Amino acid sequence: MTIQFNDETFREDYSFKNSPWAIKRFPFPFDKDDYMYSVNMEPHRGGREGSVFQNRFDVDEHYVSEMRDRALVLDNDPLRCQSLPHMTLAGWDLLELIMVAKSEDYPDLFELHRDGNRWRWVNKPMGIDDTFTFLDEATLPYGPMEYITRQAQGDWAVLDQRDDNLWMDAGMITTQADWSLDFDIGMNFFEWHAPVPLAHEKGIFVRALKFLLNIQQGAPARRLNWTMTVNPLLDTSPENYHKWGIQKTTLTPENIGAKQHLRVELQTFYRLPRSNAMVFPIRCYLCAFQDLMTVPKWGRRLHRVIRDLPEELATYKGFIDNRPMMIDYLSQFDDGLPTSPGIWPDLDTEPQLQK
Amino acid sequence: MSGAEKIAVRVTEITPVNDLITRFRFERTDGGPMPMFSGGAHTVVEMKDGDVTRLNPYSLMSDPMDQSAYTISVRRDDEGRGGSLFLHNKVAVGDEMVISYPVNLFPLDLRAKKHLFFAGGIGITPFLSQIKQMERTGGKWELHFAARNPGLAAYADTLTAQYPHHVHVYYDDDNQRIALESLLDGQPLGTHIYVCGPKGMIDWVRNTAADLGWPREAVHHEEFLAPKPGKPFEVKLAISNKVVQVGEHESLLEAIERAGVDAPYLCRGGACGQCETDVIDYDGTFIHRDHWLEEDEHASGKKIMPCVSRFEGKTLVLDR
Amino acid sequence: MSKFEFPPSIKSRPVWGTLEPRPGKHHLMIAEAEGAEAILEIATPDLMAKTHLIFIAKGTDYGPKLEALNPMQFRETPTYGSAVQRIERVLSDAAMGLQLYLTGTEGMMGQVMQAAVTAGIPHTAIQTEHRGSVARRMQCVHCKGITEDVEMDPFQCSHCGLNLFVRDHYSRRIAAYQGVCIDAEDPGNVPAPKGIYE
Repeated sequence: MTIQFNDETFREDYSFKNSPWAIKRFPFPFDKDDYMYSVNMEPHRGGREGSVFQNRFDVDEHYVSEMRDRALVLDNDPLRCQSLPHMTLAGWDLLELIMVAKSEDYPDLFELHRDGNRWRWVNKPMGIDDTFTFLDEATLPYGPMEYITRQAQGDWAVLDQRDDNLWMDAGMITTQADWSLDFDIGMNFFEWHAPVPLAHEKGIFVRALKFLLNIQQGAPARRLNWTMTVNPLLDTSPENYHKWGIQKTTLTPENIGAKQHLRVELQTFYRLPRSNAMVFPIRCYLCAFQDLMTVPKWGRRLHRVIRDLPEELATYKGFIDNRPMMIDYLSQFDDGLPTSPGIWPDLDTEPQLQK
Repeated sequence: MSGAEKIAVRVTEITPVNDLITRFRFERTDGGPMPMFSGGAHTVVEMKDGDVTRLNPYSLMSDPMDQSAYTISVRRDDEGRGGSLFLHNKVAVGDEMVISYPVNLFPLDLRAKKHLFFAGGIGITPFLSQIKQMERTGGKWELHFAARNPGLAAYADTLTAQYPHHVHVYYDDDNQRIALESLLDGQPLGTHIYVCGPKGMIDWVRNTAADLGWPREAVHHEEFLAPKPGKPFEVKLAISNKVVQVGEHESLLEAIERAGVDAPYLCRGGACGQCETDVIDYDGTFIHRDHWLEEDEHASGKKIMPCVSRFEGKTLVLDR
Repeated sequence: MSKFEFPPSIKSRPVWGTLEPRPGKHHLMIAEAEGAEAILEIATPDLMAKTHLIFIAKGTDYGPKLEALNPMQFRETPTYGSAVQRIERVLSDAAMGLQLYLTGTEGMMGQVMQAAVTAGIPHTAIQTEHRGSVARRMQCVHCKGITEDVEMDPFQCSHCGLNLFVRDHYSRRIAAYQGVCIDAEDPGNVPAPKGIYE
């Protein structure tokens, strides 16, 4: 299908919205009625047609506006994109991975023409047509990682692998769930996850690292993660927390359906060929509570998950103060009927709300 | 599924390099490009020898950015279980084979200010691809290559001709020996050591570096072991509820696979750790040969790496 | 002086050790104030004959005692700032096998460690021992300014003036802990400061 790109904002007047198409394909992260951390990895080799899992790097109606928002963030704070000196080769690997995937998966939007190391890249939605020499930084306006991730939705952490660990040595991070690349760059897997509660004790990170270290070329993996955001604000950075934190206090029973967003990260993992590094794309999807409630199964389930979530997790994810109001709102959409297993909306088979 | 992704290939060249070593060139049967790889990576080659299927790892020695083909060099091991003999004696140009996607257990540390390579004999192969990578991306490197004699020093001629200031060759038969201590003395901060060769050489380089105060993280090594033949033994697989006889010329991992049990693996040479298996019960002696488990784990009787290690005794029960 | 027992913490918080002599031809020891005592505990004539010792006095008088150990090279400086150039020069001239020993406050050890890692020593190969003040070097995540010697939590950023909560999350690359605005969701509601380890 041809994507109709929205003209929308993720700040100030927050004109972001999801079309009915985008709501139906929203990656709802709960496959059952409760939630606890797990190493919920699966192979990333396509998925249901039209879903966000179908292509290697999903492009949707928010693409152009998200890229505009990223440029604004970088203008204000260039430190959101950094690459330690040894990561340049991985940056070229990433540039190739994204260009090849996008031109193959969305041939009507992107074109890549290669003649040896002479490459021409056409990005129609963003009006870009550049010719450059592969592996020659001087022929691009930015370093290779920055160049391509200014044109690709989601955050991008590029991880070096050495000493049986992964090291966050490069990244483009502007749509993050409250963590700072500038602070975390150079840390290993356990260090950058240090602030996460409960999961260390459960051995989650030891198992997750073991899995990730063994991801090989040609066999990418994926998982979903989630948090909550008031207003469709992509840039929930620690750097700007003193500015956006106050927005969490603006929820009322009247506006919660429109203002409160479930924030889902589609995390994928790819081994990069020349550098043996890993890339960890973290693609953020936002959906307002009132839009989620148009899917009866999601309404029932989200209420139960949020109601029963351990306190530490609600605190870590930053919505402990708003949880009672969320539960009040969500309870209207839970009639106590059982839900079908899995994340899909199942609109044709799940009953309408019985109250 | 176990192991890395597979590639269907055709053997397009077989080139004797010296009395013991032969080079094989693989191209994709579908004519497509090979995946790019990083210097030091290996591929696992599947060998169907009658009823027996063997999977052996070999370092990729071609240019990592050359997508037309992969090349490997194989040293004939007359005492081994036949993997190298199969390649030397039974594989012909035009044969179709299956190899794995590249996997790198011996990568360059790209932060290094200088890379110091030590190769022994056939251990030269991973350095051939690493040198090509360094030459392309502009890294500083130096190679010290020890072999028995010029006749067995594969690729020493071409390397010396191409990089006369980087390559130093030493022949055992001429009593030439790497002056390791003086070589390691005075290397600039940020230098990394890489060693690939026989176990004795790896231990010598690692121990000498440690004695001179080199940090463990700056010393890298790789040695693939071929599974060795041994006395047949019986193993019980608890989860799949099967009893399997491990033959003299078969590895424990191969016997498990032959019984139809899907066991994880990657390198099949005792280096990567993927096939690590819990021992539930045993009465006998383990013959541990891997480089993965720590000494105390070997002594514990609780873990085994079935790709290269064996067992002698009455009972062995595995959590598989 | 007894050593401070840091409470258990998250995985990004550095864990300081206890110095011990290691094999190697060249040794670089950097001691700050009370850190001198850690050096006095491990010094042997043989080790000191191979050691370049830099002592950052910060008003203490351990200098003569350290010099009496007869290190191969000895330098006393009043502050960390006056030692930085010398440390960087010594590291740039150094060879693999150099053993690095750091002892003093977290701020000093963190900053030298960062210089040493940049020079090519893996951070895990650097020996450390905490002595003296437990004050922290803090980076404000908002304005990026660094405030030295922070003892109270919360504290006011010395650059942008925000009230910051003292986290245990630590960056080796910045050699600082992270400070995050404590009253973003309730401006003006700042708890009374207390000692970080109280």
